[in-house]
Amino acid sequence: MSEKKSPIWLRIYSFLAYLFIYIPILILIVFSFNTMKLNIRWEGFTTSWYNVLFRDQDIIQATRNTLIIALISTLVATVVGTLAALAMQRYRFPGYAASETLMYIPIVIPEVVMGISLLVFFVMMNLTLGLFTITLAHIAFNIPFVTLVVRARLHGYDNAIDEAAMDLGADEMQTFWRVTLPTILPGVLSGAMLALTLSLDDYVITYFTAGPGSTTLPLRVFSMVRFMVTPEVNALSTLWVLTVFVILLIGQIIQSRRT
Amino acid sequence: MTITEAAENRKKSSVLKTIRESRVAQGLALIAPANIYLFLLMVLPLLLVVGLSFLSRGEYGNVVFIFNLTNYSRLLDPLYGRILFYSLSVGIGTTVFSILIGYPLAYYIARAPARQRSLLLFLILVPFWTNFIIRTYAWIMILRAGGFLDAVLQWAHITQRSLNLLYTPTAVMIGMIYEFLPFMILPLYSSLEKIENSLLEAAADLGAPPWKVFLRVTLPLSLPGIFAGTILVFIPAMGMFVIPDLLGGAKTILIGNVIRNQFLTARDWPFGAASSMILMILTMVFTLYYTRKAGFSEDLLV
Amino acid sequence: MAGEFAVELRDIVKKFMTPEGSELAAVNHVTMQIKNGEFFSMLGSSGCGKTTSLRLIAGFEWPTEGEVWIEGKSLGHTPPYQRNVNTVFQSYALFQHMTVYQNVAFGLEMEGASKEEISKRVGKALEMVQLTGMDRRHPKQLSGGQQQRVALARALVKVPQVLLLDEPLGALDLKLRKEMQLELKSLQQQLGITFIYVTHDQEEALTMSDRIAVMSHGKVLQMGPAVEIYERPTSRFVADFIGETNFLEGRVKSVKGDQTVVTIPAWKQELTGIATAPVTVGDDVAVSIRPEKIQLVEKPVTKQNTLEGVVVRSTYIGSDTHVYLDVRGETIKVWDQNRVSTVDPSAFYQKGEKVWLTLLPENTLVLPNESV
Repeated sequence: MSEKKSPIWLRIYSFLAYLFIYIPILILIVFSFNTMKLNIRWEGFTTSWYNVLFRDQDIIQATRNTLIIALISTLVATVVGTLAALAMQRYRFPGYAASETLMYIPIVIPEVVMGISLLVFFVMMNLTLGLFTITLAHIAFNIPFVTLVVRARLHGYDNAIDEAAMDLGADEMQTFWRVTLPTILPGVLSGAMLALTLSLDDYVITYFTAGPGSTTLPLRVFSMVRFMVTPEVNALSTLWVLTVFVILLIGQIIQSRRT
Repeated sequence: MTITEAAENRKKSSVLKTIRESRVAQGLALIAPANIYLFLLMVLPLLLVVGLSFLSRGEYGNVVFIFNLTNYSRLLDPLYGRILFYSLSVGIGTTVFSILIGYPLAYYIARAPARQRSLLLFLILVPFWTNFIIRTYAWIMILRAGGFLDAVLQWAHITQRSLNLLYTPTAVMIGMIYEFLPFMILPLYSSLEKIENSLLEAAADLGAPPWKVFLRVTLPLSLPGIFAGTILVFIPAMGMFVIPDLLGGAKTILIGNVIRNQFLTARDWPFGAASSMILMILTMVFTLYYTRKAGFSEDLLV
Repeated sequence: MAGEFAVELRDIVKKFMTPEGSELAAVNHVTMQIKNGEFFSMLGSSGCGKTTSLRLIAGFEWPTEGEVWIEGKSLGHTPPYQRNVNTVFQSYALFQHMTVYQNVAFGLEMEGASKEEISKRVGKALEMVQLTGMDRRHPKQLSGGQQQRVALARALVKVPQVLLLDEPLGALDLKLRKEMQLELKSLQQQLGITFIYVTHDQEEALTMSDRIAVMSHGKVLQMGPAVEIYERPTSRFVADFIGETNFLEGRVKSVKGDQTVVTIPAWKQELTGIATAPVTVGDDVAVSIRPEKIQLVEKPVTKQNTLEGVVVRSTYIGSDTHVYLDVRGETIKVWDQNRVSTVDPSAFYQKGEKVWLTLLPENTLVLPNESV
């Protein structure tokens, strides 16, 4: 589509739509600085809730857990997913259709169902629920997304460059490391970022596969929201939004640098 | 080198040789890790759930291994029928509203100057990547009795008393739409953006006024985006239990809540499994019908 | 170690599986011998097997049957990185994440050359293709013609015995293409390397090649120097594929030495010509007459191969006039060279004009009428 000035009603509508999207977040941020506990009325400005947040051991532990799980599951899922994407875009083998279906199941399954099925599985395997099981679960739902993203990037891949590399004397391994991988790297990183975000954000599946003492940030946030509503939650939310904002901003800058 | 070592070496190198020579072997080797992992941690658990749905809960919360269909007959109770119906309407409602609300916005962004476009998308992505529990919490703050909405309306003298919107189905809908809107906007934008300008110009050249160009050219060509967005919204919306839990309280129950309750509170796993099966079947039917109609496309991904 | 032939394809068959599950022979019993130092082209339309043959030489495909000999060694089942053969790809296949320098240096790195040697050889290669100074650019920043030269430099820097070129000029505009054709030819003569060139553009093949192999449906129909292919096609397909020609259906009446007399049923007349492939009396044949070989005269001077026709259409091309004649029901096209410069319209053939055409027997080719 080309650029065209939109009619005035569309512009007003879009502005209101953005307002609708952002006002809740802004309220969240503003009230994280409220002195009053029951944060309906504005009492005074304070950063005390942030102090409470930083000293909250549960939160710190939860953050640590979340990061560990996210990093490990992203790493494993990216490697496995990239290999699978290469397999599916470049090769034909018996069981191709079945593999493809298998790959797409986690995407079209409701999270609840995946969560409880993993719970049942882990219990039947006599595995104690904890960080390990959560990580296993995260890898499982991350793999298809990585594969999907990398496959999309592989679509326009000019196979001739791999042939050119071999033509010039590189064997299969050298071709992969020096030509294939660097070329698909943006796609792989995209997939990894997606996996990282999905893992950091996940509530439902983590909920079912976590055990006592192995809480993650989303789980903690949920119980804070459900049970003890203090502006500490606002403080946490604000920090979360800001972190996302900064990371996305960096991503955008890197992208625009490339072009 | 002993004889056995030499034999081992020869075996290893012939395996590598087969992989090198045969493209089929290469493909299989590459996809094996993913297949094995997903089979163990996806297919197997689901099969267990299927099996579980045909068993019963014992007296002490354990599982009695007798094949029966009591769980399914329980689900025939009109109570669950209502819950199912309610879940479907929430799912459909969320989808429809996010299309209605999201389409104009996606259209606006697709037509914006290129420089603005990345900013506009960025602004959509920021809340999108923010944890959904946090975003739902924001709505709790707004909709609760004496919350932000009440405060503003009363200050403007539009209402006298609290609207008490929290813990109502309306609140759940608002929360669901808010959560799923970006999932609809992004694929819509993606397919709108791909529409070649020359097609729109050709339509105009042949005499179509702007609204007809939209109706006869733009809208049909954006259908893949609508399909993709629907899959991304409807399926998760159907199984959602967190938002109904937070914004709807005990009064609003969807299938997701039922399943969750069975597994974590009532401890009737077989029944929970059966409920999951119903949800699964609904989802699969929807997916099959939809993907056949739409053709599963990879412009799901922005 | 030089034999007479740089590359030999010995009765090669290459079969592929179609998506429907059946087998297709992309190359169907092809034998070719390509001499050292020659510019050899494989010519044909898409699907004829020329690209597959090239890939068999490069090593990206391995023959189902038959042998590929390169420099006196049977290398049919050797991977491409072990063959002393390099390819210039149709899509250029430049490494986008590397600079021009790194692209050209890649093959030398694979050989394990030292940094100094690489620097020297890359410099010379870029000079050879007139891209000095571009070494730090990325392929994205180059024009199509420049990218093509990088691909060329990258392959040539390794000084292969044989260079394979897969329709390298297809993406360039006409003027650039013609320039590059001349450049490639002179480069080949300079370096003395065997060039094996694949194209569907017959003009390109005729201009550049020492010898051409015309291919169709996985088979080689005719192989020889350009002159031979053009002037003495041995099959109807080749006569039709290369250049323009007029075809007439006929039957062999007599064969005497190199003179073959053919009866043209449509005209109830005989033509005397030469047969480019063995024919016997009674055979159904196609008579091929190239338009530029037909003489248009006011009054006939001989009776042999002379007919009268009526001008149907006349198109001025500049160097020639293309005259379309109705000769007793058959449409014959004649390229009449504009030998005298004039702007007088009456000097050109007008519609409806009667004119005589005459053919020399050497220009009247008798071809077997088999379909490929």
